[in-house]
This record gives sequence, structure tokens and C-alpha cells, in this order.
Amino acid sequence: MAKFNLKINRKAYQVDVDPSTPMLWVLREHLKLVGTKYGCGVAQCGACTIHVNGEAVRSCITFVSEVGNKEITTIEGLSEDGDHPVQKAWLEHDVAQCGYCQPGQIMTAVALLKKNPHPTDSEIEEAMSGNICRCGTYTRIKKAIHTAIDSK
Amino acid sequence: MIGFSWLAASCSADAPKGLTIPDEWFEINGFLKIGENGVVTIMSPNPEIGQNVKTSMPMIVAEELDVDWKNVLVEQAPLNTAIFNRQLAGGSDSIKQSWPGLRMAGASARNMLMEAAAKKWNVPVAEITTELGILYHKSSGKKASYGEVASAAAQLPVPKEVELKDLKDFKIIGTSRKNVDGFKIATGQPLFGLDYKKEGMLIAMIVHPPAFGMKLKSFDATEAKTKPGIKDVFQIKTYNDDYKPQWCDTTSFTELVAIVGNSTWEVMSARAYLKVEWEPFADYKIAMAGWGGDQMVSVPAGLESTTDHNAKMTAAAAKPGKIERRDGKPEEAFKKAAKIIERTYTAPFLAHTPMEPMNFFADVTADNAVLVGPIQSPEYMEKTLAARLGLPLEKIDIQMTRMGGGFGRRLYGHFMVEAALISQKMKAPVKLIYSREDEITFGIYRPAYHALYRAALDANNNLIAFHVKMGGVPENALHANRFPAGAVDNYLAESWAIESNISVGAMRAPGSNFNAVAEQSFLDEVAEAMGKDPIQFRLDLLKRAKENPVGKENDYDAARYAGVLELVREKSGWDNNSAGKNRGVAAYFCHSSYVANVVDLTVDNSTPVIQKVFAAIDCGIVVNPDAAINMTEGSIVDGIGQAMYGQLTFSKGQPDQDNFDSYRLIRHAEAPKAIEVHFVENEINPTGLGEPPYPPVMGALANALYKATGKRQYNQPFINNL
Repeated sequence: MAKFNLKINRKAYQVDVDPSTPMLWVLREHLKLVGTKYGCGVAQCGACTIHVNGEAVRSCITFVSEVGNKEITTIEGLSEDGDHPVQKAWLEHDVAQCGYCQPGQIMTAVALLKKNPHPTDSEIEEAMSGNICRCGTYTRIKKAIHTAIDSK
Repeated sequence: MIGFSWLAASCSADAPKGLTIPDEWFEINGFLKIGENGVVTIMSPNPEIGQNVKTSMPMIVAEELDVDWKNVLVEQAPLNTAIFNRQLAGGSDSIKQSWPGLRMAGASARNMLMEAAAKKWNVPVAEITTELGILYHKSSGKKASYGEVASAAAQLPVPKEVELKDLKDFKIIGTSRKNVDGFKIATGQPLFGLDYKKEGMLIAMIVHPPAFGMKLKSFDATEAKTKPGIKDVFQIKTYNDDYKPQWCDTTSFTELVAIVGNSTWEVMSARAYLKVEWEPFADYKIAMAGWGGDQMVSVPAGLESTTDHNAKMTAAAAKPGKIERRDGKPEEAFKKAAKIIERTYTAPFLAHTPMEPMNFFADVTADNAVLVGPIQSPEYMEKTLAARLGLPLEKIDIQMTRMGGGFGRRLYGHFMVEAALISQKMKAPVKLIYSREDEITFGIYRPAYHALYRAALDANNNLIAFHVKMGGVPENALHANRFPAGAVDNYLAESWAIESNISVGAMRAPGSNFNAVAEQSFLDEVAEAMGKDPIQFRLDLLKRAKENPVGKENDYDAARYAGVLELVREKSGWDNNSAGKNRGVAAYFCHSSYVANVVDLTVDNSTPVIQKVFAAIDCGIVVNPDAAINMTEGSIVDGIGQAMYGQLTFSKGQPDQDNFDSYRLIRHAEAPKAIEVHFVENEINPTGLGEPPYPPVMGALANALYKATGKRQYNQPFINNL
């Protein structure tokens, strides 16, 4: 066990965990931020996507010991009132079916638009293909991303 | 089931922006309560797996109650068989079966509010009208909100008979309403079983045999127990020896090792240090309580492999099967045929892989059990739990969380029992978590299927006989009374099955999820051999089935079947806009709804690119149109994914795939570029949509691939044959 000081959603936290603990479980179990989801544990599904210094990363393979003082953002910290343009677009298109993968989808989409504010369809497809939606909402996800692009 | 309590049920109540939680709630009936300020809470009785019943079921109640949807809060009901009927997510039956009950719940509450107003104003109840949560007595000019009379209405007896709205007066049903959990989903708030927490809760995982055909021999937890955070390691047995399992129980892996600790990562890490020995089991038979009474299930010994399954299926298909239906004289017709078309189709085992892995919270004491988590069959699993824990049903409280998908996997609730047994042993609240690998390798899989189709044509290319022989491991997919039964004079349907120790169960549109691919691909080939347009060929058969059906036991309405084909023909521009396109068509009926698809695709470097999918659907009245379109889009994506990539294979009893790096699911770039959904408009009572739009697209895809590549698809997944 070791103590780690973390900056998450613009707040400071301290956790006392094994250094090999993935950020996924630190967030979910130690900090009660359960919007980041467990789907595969091997960086194949994207349900656990968070931002580290603005980059989308898979928190299931990101050890707490690697994070240092980098800025972490989770779905809970994306906006104050759930009104980030990407979240609003998700609601406008009523994207979710079961909803489990959607926080990860939103986090990946936000990171994409930050890097590339006007992606083409094939750039959207490439960026979003690491996030599995088992319910198959991909066509709505793409529409929502277009709405978010247009709203900026 | 425990006594129904709004207090227990309303812990999740929080109002969306702009809605004020009332100071006091008045319970009008088990489905709804009204606050003094007119805000209404409606219970959603059925499990929510993403089919959106948590929005559509309360919409039906709100319609008959005659309230403004924006004043409605929705809560997930707990299991309560005293109030609610069929709290199950399965068979695409939630809306279909609850339609009358939900309407009655809303209408009877409205009636009680009208009675209360009539008493208050001392006027005949017949003179009271309502509109959007307001009661009116037009001639005296009196009016009151539902909230003002809710307290008095709650004291009145629930009327036995009430009048329902005329369909033309619907204001909510038939209009698109957004997912009531949409905001919580998009902001990452706790909703799912895996998100559930209770103070002092421990985390548990199980270790199951690595291969079907194996059972637990012994284990050594010495090292694992020294790892940080680990509380205990012990063996659990899912069922008592004298227990007769029911349909929602499993025969696989009923003796497990459980490891319990403080946190998921500690338990996951320590689990790797468990030394467990397994041994093969001998053949056995088990009596199971099925839908149609008890049945003996034979579980053979052995470590099975896909190569053996395939060889056995090929051999079985060459022998006569069990005759399930015979019309006319099919054998004679085939003898005198001018041409016989014979094709074989296969499909592999599939895992359900809902995004939220299996999990359940349990807090079991000597007197009662509280269970919270994702389950599609709470009413049935309560019985399993009661038998295993030795508790009466009323001491078991099952609360349903929103599910991160199910697709049938969460009908089989052994994980609830495992969680309960671990909690009982630990004398503490416990959450059991499966890893993704546990979920894929401890499956209740879609069976492996095989189908042999034959069609006999006479010298003038008329279809004179049709023969289907279906088999599988360990079940077949035959629906003997479905189309084209009823449309061909000489018809023969046979079945067979090969015993297996691999556990199988319902996966989205069971049986249909193979039939639609095989049958609709075969019909395409028959139409081609006859020189007919594939849509017209099907319509001609349906015309025959409608006007002069063969046999009486035909499971479909030929006119509605034809209706979706005609609609998809029109909307896709089939007759005048198909030139130069690689198009395939298919139609299928299952779970009471009718769906036809046209798929347009191109092939880019032997990779298919699905350009557009058209869907035409007849599911009667559409309750929530945009959500119905969403469900259809998802089913189409899922269907394309399963047909193109889905495959679970076995080597010596062990699944060869165990996570998403080896078990391939469809991804964003592989989804259709566009999907267009159309509904047949009618006034038929609604039927479900969770399953019906899933099977036919696979057939339309196979037929479009043929157009593009000149190659027919006989074996799933198609990716292996492109």
C-alpha cells in the first residue's frame, strides 16, 4: 500500500492503495466516482475511458502509480451541470439504450473534438472504434458527435 | 418479495430540473402516487435492460391517467408479484403483456380522482372531465388539479371496471419521449448493479472450472489468503442435492470456489494465487422443471471441441430427423421434381457479452435476504433463492437495477444465488463481480445450429415442395409452423439435436436468430432459381398462405407479413432504384412482430461497407416512436455484427475466446452508414421490439453480400468466408 495524491475533476484527493491498482478501481471504489465503467479490463472496450491531461486513456490499464500530478477528468467532471456540448448532443439524440458504455463513448468523443474540432466521418469512425456499444447505438453516436460539432 | 413500501422504493427519487418534489405523496394504487402539487410518480414494473420499458411502460399509465408527461417522475419498482404482473425482461413481451394492465392502472386512478372531485363539488361524476392533470366541472366552472384531490382519492376503493381512452385521443402514446434515465447516463451517475454500494460491503469473485465437462476436485488457498485485503476463500454449491432446477437455473459449474476481500482489485489480484484442481465428471441426468413440465436433461461426460461438434452435426443431418410437421406428400413431390435445390447452413455458439458483466449484491441474514442488481427474471429467481436459502418468499427482497444489457444472459441468475451464499457464509453484505473472462467462459450460450433446406421445383419452375431439417448442439432452432409452412402444398419439417455438457439458453430472438439467416438466404436462392424477384416471390407465397393456407397451425398473419415486405419495397425504391446496387432483402416474423429489411452494401478490398439498411416493421401501435427507432437501429447493428463476426469455439471443453480481443463484436466503423426505419400504421395492440428487428437483417446482409461478391453465405460468421 502507498499514498497517492491525485487531481481529479479539479479537486485534490489522497488514496492509500497498492501501486498496481488501476485508476478504474481507484475511481470506482475508493473515490465513489462510478461513472467510469468496467467492461473488459484489457483496454478493448473503452467503457473505462477517462482523460489524463486531456487525452483519452483506458483507466483499466492505467496504474494509479503512473498518474502522478496529471489532471484527471472523469465523466462526472466533464461539466458542472451535465451541459457539456457533447452531453447535450447525447441527450438531444437520446443515444443510450442500456447506457452502460455511454460515459466512455462521451469521454472518447470529447477528447476527439478537442484534438480535431471538425472531424470527417471516417475520422469519427476511427476514433470511436475502440469503444464497444453492445446495444449498437453507433449510428446515433455519430449523429450526436455531428450535433456537438455544429453547436460549437 | 417483501411488503410493498414506497419508502423503500423511492430512495432513488430525485426530480429533474424544474420539478418540485411534493411534501406529501398520496398512493392512488400500486402503480402510482400523486403529490399535493400535482407531481406524479409512476412505477416501472419490469426490468430495464436497454429496451426502454422504464420510459414506455409509465407512458402508457400516464396516458390513461391523463397527465402532462413533464410532471411525471419514474421509479423502478422492486419485485412485487402482489401488484405487478410478469416482471420479466424476455420474449419481447413487456409491452404486449402489460398493455391492458398499465392502461387500467392509469384509467382507474383517473376515475378515483374524478370521484373525489365529484364528491368535493357535489356533482355527478359523469359531468367531470380531465385534461393534463386538471379536473373540470364545465357547467359550474370549477376546476382542481390532481394534487388537490389526491388525498381524498387515495381513500376511495379502486374501481373494478373503468372506461379506457379511445385511441384517437392519445396524447402521449405515439409521441416520442426521451429516456427517463438519459441525463443520469450521460453524467455517469450510479444506476447499474455494479455501481451499487452499501457500507461495510465486501467484494467477492468466483473461480469456475476452466472447461465444460470438468468439476471442482480440490483447492489450496494458502497463498491467496496471505494477500492484502483478502478475508476468506471457500467452496460454494449453487443448489442443494435434492433441488429440481427450473428453466432459469444452470446445470454448469454448480460447485465453485469463492474468494472474498475488501476491494475488487485486491480480490482480482489474489484470485490468481488460488491453486485449484479440477477433474472430469461422469455422465448424469437431471430433472429440470421446464415451461412444459418436468423434463430429464442428459448431461454427457467429456471435453467437447468445435471440430467434433461439426463432424457430429454433419453426420446427424444425413440421418432422418424427428418429423415435426408434414403437409401433403413431400417425399413424393421431391421424387418427381424437375429440379432440387439443397443447401446447408451453420452457425456457431455465441456468448451474450452484455457490457456490464454479471454481478449482484446480497445481504443475507438468518431471517431475510436483500438482493440488489441486474436480473431479467426476478420472479423466478426468487423461487430458486428461497429454496437454496431455506427462506420463505416474503423474506426475500429483490431490487432491480438498470442493466448494462442482458440479451437473455441475465435470465439465468445463478450469480444471484452465488452472491447470496457468499453473503450468508461471510455474515456480511457482499457484491459478487464477474470479470469479462468469467462472463464469456461461464456462459449460457446461444447453441450451435445446423439447417438443411431443400426445395423442389417442377418443370415450369414452380415450387412444389419445401423441406427443412434443423439440428444443433444441444438444441435446434426449428419453428415448424412458421413461414413458409402454410404456403407450400408439400412441406416437411424435421429436427434433431446432439447432447452436450455446454450450457445454453435464450439469446436475443432464440432460434429465430439463426432461422432468419438460413431460411431467408435459402429463399433468395430459390427465387433466383425460379427466375423471380425475391420480394415478389415471398409475396406470392404469402398470398397463397392468406387466401388458401395449407394446414391450420400457421404461426403468422400472412397479410401483416406481406405488409412489411410491401412497405420496405416502397421505401427502399426496390422496383426502380436497385440498378447498380448490391441489395439484399429479408423478412421475418418472431415474438409477435413483423420486420422486413433491405441492405445496400459495397465491398472495399474484400471488406463489406454497409451503406444503408431499410427496416419496415409492424408491431402494432408504436408507444414511443423515437425509442422504437433506436431499438431497431441497435438490433440491425447487433444482427450485422453477430452474422459477420460472432463466434465462440471450443477446444477440449474450453472456450477459445475469453475477452473482446478474441471474441469479436461489431465496432463503430463497421456499422451501417445509414439506417432508415418505417412502421406500418395500424390500431393493433402493441407487440415487442427487443427481438423482432434483430434476426432478418442477417438474411438481408447475406443476400446483399451475394450480390456484391457472387458468393453465397452458408456458414457464420461471414467474415470467415469473404
